[in-house]
Amino acid sequence: MADIKSIDKILKKKKADFPESLIEKIAEASERHDLNAGELEELIDRIKKAYERATVEDGEAVGTVAAQSVGEPGTQMTMRTFHYAGVAELNVTLGLPRLIEIVDARKKISTPTMAIYFDEDYFETRFKKEDIQPEAEKERFKEEFVRKTANMIGKSSMNDILKNFNLNYADMNIVVELDEEKIIDKRLDRDDIIKRIEKAFKRVQIDNNMLSFEPSTSSKDETKIPIRELRLLADKVRDLQISGVKNIGKVVISKEGLEWVIHTEGSNLGSVLKMEGIDKVRTTTNDIHEIEKILGIEAARNAIIREAQNTMEEQGLTVDVRHIMLVADMMTADGSVKSIGRHGISGEKASVLARASFEETGKHLLRASIRGEIDHLTGIIENIIIGQPIPLGTGSVGVIMNRR
Amino acid sequence: MKKDILKHRLVPEHTILSKSEIKKIIKELDIHPEQLPKIKQDDPVCKAIEAKSGDILKITRKSHTAGKFVTYRLVLD
Repeated sequence: MADIKSIDKILKKKKADFPESLIEKIAEASERHDLNAGELEELIDRIKKAYERATVEDGEAVGTVAAQSVGEPGTQMTMRTFHYAGVAELNVTLGLPRLIEIVDARKKISTPTMAIYFDEDYFETRFKKEDIQPEAEKERFKEEFVRKTANMIGKSSMNDILKNFNLNYADMNIVVELDEEKIIDKRLDRDDIIKRIEKAFKRVQIDNNMLSFEPSTSSKDETKIPIRELRLLADKVRDLQISGVKNIGKVVISKEGLEWVIHTEGSNLGSVLKMEGIDKVRTTTNDIHEIEKILGIEAARNAIIREAQNTMEEQGLTVDVRHIMLVADMMTADGSVKSIGRHGISGEKASVLARASFEETGKHLLRASIRGEIDHLTGIIENIIIGQPIPLGTGSVGVIMNRR
Repeated sequence: MKKDILKHRLVPEHTILSKSEIKKIIKELDIHPEQLPKIKQDDPVCKAIEAKSGDILKITRKSHTAGKFVTYRLVLD
């Protein structure tokens, strides 16, 4: 009987501004207990009182509380933990090092990784187009598509598709045989591979699957090619990358529930999102700077919250999200991801004394004196240094007298 | 591609406010536009919704605690 609209009406009458989730909970509770109008009003009255008591008061030092709330569990975290929940083959930095990485807003994180999902709608349209009816066929098609995409994303080199590799010192060339089976197994395109090889090596002869490479010579005397040259070429041939997205190394295909997921070592969100059949809603990376670049600052804020919370939870620690949200808000407030600390938020404080009291005291005082900076003494630390009451809690209000 | 990012799970809803809406929220919050959090003009979302510098974006976040939360960002030049 009490739907959200009628609750909204009562709230307006009582001048209470509740968040959406709370209103939903009230609606649910009134449904469950079959409250009548009077009881509902009573409930809202009491919730309003409790809600107002629970809100943060003006002048409360929320930043300090957040810092302590994230910092204390940090002391309990393991210094070094490497493993990935679900996929054992991938190493992902977790625990304290990861948390430090997040709040430091590192440009290069130590283990970037992506989780790539697939678009069910795309599969459905493909099934229709290619007239695939039985469920088993559909599953097979899906798996085939996932493996193909995984090989397009993951890095493979020449070494992975060779049958024979011969260094011929007599003729001074390298004879290589491609393995058709391995190419098919890896779902690669043979023509594409040949094109890449031709592009990378000028002096190559291709006869079906037999390739022969010759070292290029800078000297005119063709007979005097040093053996070292040949060996270098051999390494180059073996390491030639024949498929893969830039910055992505190994990929691991796994099935989570009914769904195929690809986890990667390395990350390139921009390129992967452009690929066909990829879920453009859920596919994500753990590189916050990349998210900022591809999806914007608000997405970066969400990513910071998600990553920090996951890191804590993974260690069995719980921190109220609101503390982490405050940290993320501060880090993204000026439009780009800033670190917490000397090079970020603390280093950009308006007050000279606040900056000097944090780190690099001499530098800040010297610069301030050269530039003639003014400190308005509006912060906490400044006033502690000066020996005045701090503008916090009861100190944040003053008294104005009526002059007569 | 450009519009695709708006559908991503991590990207909340961004809308450009009209002049009258700006006046209303500035009065309501009792602040200068410069005191709002910022967003760069070359932010991917700004480009996708074609926000110009000086615009104020209304951002409707999905919040873990509040369900829905509305905030604003000023587009930098």
